[in-house]
Parts: sequence; structure tokens; C-alpha cells
Amino acid sequence: MKTEKHFTTADEKNKTPVIIIEHLYKKFGTNVVLKDFSLTVQKEENVVVLGKSGSGKSVLIKCIIGLLKPDSGRIEVFGKNTPELDHDELDKIRAKIGFLFQGNALYDSMTVRENLEFPLRRHWIDFSQKEVDALVIEALENVSLAHTVDMMPEELSGGMLKRVALARTMILKPDVILYDEPTTGLDPVTAREIDNLILKLQKKYHTSSIIITHDMNCVKNTADRVALLLDGKCYAQGKYEEFEQSADKNIKQFFE
Amino acid sequence: MAITTNIKVFFGETGNIARFTGRFFSTGLKPRFEIRELLSQCYIIGYKSLPLIALTGFIMGLVLIMQLRPSLVDYGVESQLPVMVGIAIVREIGPVITALIFAGKIASSIGAELGSMKVTEQIDAMEVSGTNPFKYLVATRVLATTLMLPVLTVMGDAISLFGAYLGVNIKSVTSFKLFFTQVFHSLSFGDVSPAFFKTFFFGFAVGVIGCYKGYNSSKGTRGVGSSANSAVVLSSVLIFIIDLLAVQLTDLLGLN
Repeated sequence: MKTEKHFTTADEKNKTPVIIIEHLYKKFGTNVVLKDFSLTVQKEENVVVLGKSGSGKSVLIKCIIGLLKPDSGRIEVFGKNTPELDHDELDKIRAKIGFLFQGNALYDSMTVRENLEFPLRRHWIDFSQKEVDALVIEALENVSLAHTVDMMPEELSGGMLKRVALARTMILKPDVILYDEPTTGLDPVTAREIDNLILKLQKKYHTSSIIITHDMNCVKNTADRVALLLDGKCYAQGKYEEFEQSADKNIKQFFE
Repeated sequence: MAITTNIKVFFGETGNIARFTGRFFSTGLKPRFEIRELLSQCYIIGYKSLPLIALTGFIMGLVLIMQLRPSLVDYGVESQLPVMVGIAIVREIGPVITALIFAGKIASSIGAELGSMKVTEQIDAMEVSGTNPFKYLVATRVLATTLMLPVLTVMGDAISLFGAYLGVNIKSVTSFKLFFTQVFHSLSFGDVSPAFFKTFFFGFAVGVIGCYKGYNSSKGTRGVGSSANSAVVLSSVLIFIIDLLAVQLTDLLGLN
């Protein structure tokens, strides 16, 4: 049996790839996490990377954004191989990529406003205070939390924290967003709100996304395409419905 | 077997701290400088430590007089109290006690702060926001501790001497002018300058160890607690080692 299943190829020729991952390897000590992993993300496409806990999903997106260096392989983002970039070049690429952390990673010593201002102030882009204020409010209005602007993260609920983190991720209007388990730890209602926000913001800003998750509702709601990460490889990819109907036991186990 | 392992751990840790210190000099001191964060850290580390240093310094001066007086009375040299206390505080007790109090407050706070930032991915979030976290978090804190401890020591010494002056006046009457004239006449360049300069090294050690332990904190709340704890222990030990080396060096240079 061919290990990599590719259910759907329609439309792909007409789209522009924004992320191309080829033959990616990453190991920690003797533990090989990614083993010849390849994946392409097209413009304005939501790709959900599905996999069990510890399968290397977070490692994958950390390699994409340059938080981890792969042992070998190519990660082309906007035509540039990110593992080969120096710090300044990587920063320029990072300004076009949003990253939503699993635990939100809001700076707990800063207010919501300061959290959102932080990426605006740091990416070598000159914004006036008026522009910064407008962007902060716009980002918070996108997630319906404009009233929390002067609150501290500790005053917010889990769902609100996730939405503020999403607002911070979106503030530079990135072309690509990497979501690390966006619905983990949230109740089903709040999780659906986050799914809807992901879709709403994608439509509004025409972003491409990689969403890391093992929440099947999130997969169903947000995925244009699903890729299954298994044994360090992209085991299968296709539409959600194709995955749902698959007879493959490695795929079926996610629907049971 | 256990001894071999401990020796390996000791040298491994020493090597890592040396590398971390090297990184501070090689990358932490290059532009872009985080002046705003440095000033903020100087305020937090320096200004906010002042009440504690002042209180402990005052008590130290007072207690020193109360402990010394009976012995000096026995020898009939009670009039030499200001001289003895002045030399003891300025040369040794002031810098070392201030540094130890400082290590207890600041190394633990830096270790816990950076440790929790590490485990909650705030350091990663900083990096993807176009910020070099080593420069922003480590370099600013190490510079702040290095610059602030000497200032705190001078202030601590002054308050300690004032405490000693009050202590002298509990059982006898000495004018403020006479007390401080006696103190300053007894002090030479060789007493003041080595004592002052070594505090820069004490401050540097507190900053480096606090940051190293926090920045390399392991996952979980236990890791953060352990970072804070070991930052205090190690920086306190280092203060004594630096003090020992400083005394030897002062002796070699003939400044004693």
C-alpha cells in the first residue's frame, strides 16, 4: 500500500503555493519526529494538520516559523527557504506570518493593548501612535473584545484570552497564519466561536493557514484540506469528507 | 558512580553558564539596544529594591554597633567604634550583605519570571514578533543588575552607617559630625575602590545566573520553582567566590 494518500488534486494547478515543505527531517536526540515530511499550502487555503499528541505537529509549525531548525529538508515560505535565512531576513518573513500559540503566550506583565502593540513596535515598521491605536482597536473589534483593551490578561477568561491572542496574531494582517491547537482546553461552544473567527478572519484578510489540531470538530469546521501526520510523514491528505469516508484504519481512528 | 555523574553535571553546568555569558557579550551588547526596557528594568531592579536594602542596611549598622561595643569597652577603645564599623561596613559587610539580599530578591524574581515566560511560550512569542528575546530579556536584566547593585550598595552603606550612628548614641553621646568625620578619616582609597568595583561583578553574577536559570527552565511549575531557587543559591555562592577573588586581587595589588 502506498503510504501517502492524496485524495484530491483538483484546483491545485490554478493556485499559488505560499508554503512548500519538502523532505523535512527533525529529530531530538534519538527521537525522530519528522521523517521526510512534505506538504504544500496554497494561497487562501486552510490546511489542517491532524495527528496524535506527540506526533510532531507543533514541531512542524515551529520549524516553519524558524523557532526550531530542521535537520534537513526545505521550507519555502513566500519563495524563501526559511532555515537558511539570517535573523534579519527571517524577521521580515515573520512579519508576514501570524502564530497563534497553544497556550496563547500573552505577555502577562502587559495589558491587552500593550500585548497587541508589541508586534507593531518590534517589526521595524514605523507606525504613528494614532495608527497603532487604530490597529489595536480594529484587531480587538474583529474578535469582539474592544472593551478589554486596558485589562490585564489575568482578568480574562480562557476563551477571551484565545481571542485576544488571535487578535495579536492578526494585528500585522499576516498573509499566513499558523494555529497551534487553537481550540484545545476550550469548551465546545467557545471552541466553535474560535473556529468561526478563524474562518471570518480568513475571509476578511485572505490569509492562508496551517491549523494544528486533533479536535475533529475544528477540522470539520475550518479545513479546506486535511493532512494526516503519522510516523513523521504526511500519511494522507485530502478533503474532510474524503477522510471521513476513508476505510484506512489510521484515518478511521480519528472519527471513532 | 554518583560522584562521576555529579562532576559531569557540575562541569556541564559551568560550561553552559560560560557559553551563556559569552552570548551576552557577543550578541547582547550589539545594536539594536533595548534602552526603554533597560530603563524599565533599572527602575524595577534598582529603585524597587531600595526599601529592602535600606531596611536591612539600617538594622545591620545598628546591630553591628551593639555587638561590637561590649568588646571595645572591655579593651577601653570604645572611641574607636566609628572607625571599626566604618571599615567593616564599607570594605566588606556592606557590599556582601547588600549583594546577598539583592540576590535573594532579584535572582529569584528574574529566574521565576523568565522561567514562567519560557514555559508559557512567551519567549517564543517574542521571537516571532521580531524581537531577539536574548537582547530584550537577558541583556537588559544583566545590565540593570550590574549597574544597579553598586548604586544600591553605596546607598545601603550610607544608611548602614547612619544606623551605626544611632546605635552609638544609644549608650553614649556622639555628634553626627564627629561620628562621620571619624568614619571617613579612617577610610582610604584602598578601602573604598575595591569594595565598590567588586559590586559590579556581584551584580553581573546575579543577573547572569538569574537569567540563565530562568531562560533554561524546564517545563512545568516545578521547573520554574527550581529555577528561582537555584538562581538564588548559585548567585549567592558566586558572590562569596567573587568576594574571595576580589580580596586576593586587592592583596596582590597592595591595596589592603
